[in-house]
Amino acid sequence: MDLLPFFQWCEDTALGQVIRDSLWLFPVIEAIHLLALALLGGCILVVDLRLLGLGLRSQSAANLARYIHPWLVGSLLTMIATGVPMFLSEAIKCYYSPPFWYKMSFLAVATVYTFSLRRRVAGADPAKVGPVWGRLVALTSLTLWFCVGFSGRWIAFY
Amino acid sequence: MSLPAFFEWLEGTWASIAIRESILFYPLVETTHVLTLCLFLGMTATWDLRLVGLTMRKVPVSEIVNRLWPWAMAGFALMVISGLLLFLSGPVRASQNIFFQVKMVMLALAGVNAFVFHQTVFRWVEEWDMAPAVPRRAKLAGASSLVLWAGVVVCGRMQAYNWFD
Repeated sequence: MDLLPFFQWCEDTALGQVIRDSLWLFPVIEAIHLLALALLGGCILVVDLRLLGLGLRSQSAANLARYIHPWLVGSLLTMIATGVPMFLSEAIKCYYSPPFWYKMSFLAVATVYTFSLRRRVAGADPAKVGPVWGRLVALTSLTLWFCVGFSGRWIAFY
Repeated sequence: MSLPAFFEWLEGTWASIAIRESILFYPLVETTHVLTLCLFLGMTATWDLRLVGLTMRKVPVSEIVNRLWPWAMAGFALMVISGLLLFLSGPVRASQNIFFQVKMVMLALAGVNAFVFHQTVFRWVEEWDMAPAVPRRAKLAGASSLVLWAGVVVCGRMQAYNWFD
């Protein structure tokens, strides 16, 4: 299946054109994307550190995950809401950028993983989960999100 | 030697040229600088949001600040090291950039804000650690920190766009 026509359609959308023609729209959207990144990274780290037995140890991982949840969802939605317009403005460039495809693949896996397996493990009774399993889940989460961020930054380079 | 002359000299050093002309090192340093935001600002934002009462209201303030402090400081160290390397790659252009200048001012203000918070209201944190209402001064410190650090990030990003160069 060739996705190039779809990417061309994205590139031709009115929103994509408006952003491309503007001097400041892309940088402003990008800055918001970065602020949401800091927040999303913080939300992931606080819970993963706890699963690793670090950070806010007086709280259970389940409690932390519950407190953090709205911020996690909010920052992820902000990243998507700012990421999509940036993509529309340079869809063809993204089509030919290997880091873009890596990022989207990692993003899909990391998102599904975070809201399924990791959520269940973080919310479960630690006695039932066991420390090794909890740590493994946290390390996988950190690795996946690191790959999303790393390949995301490299869209600008390749 | 004046500051501009020093930056001029710095730009001609071997290290500056090596970073500027590297194919992999520069993007790696830049990626480190961006991703470390999660560690540094992610942790800082967590306790700032707690101070303004927007998250983890049942967790003692002192615990959030003290337990996340080493992680935030590790992030800050990485941020400074990678930031200095980025600056070193082009000190003349960076130092003349209005966004860089504003960023440095906001960075200093964020530092002063954190210092004052720790020297004053955080000193008697036991009195309000779990209080339903955080003291106004602490709330103000948290809100100022959020605004200043957001400004630092935005200016840092804008610095790459040479509108005013």
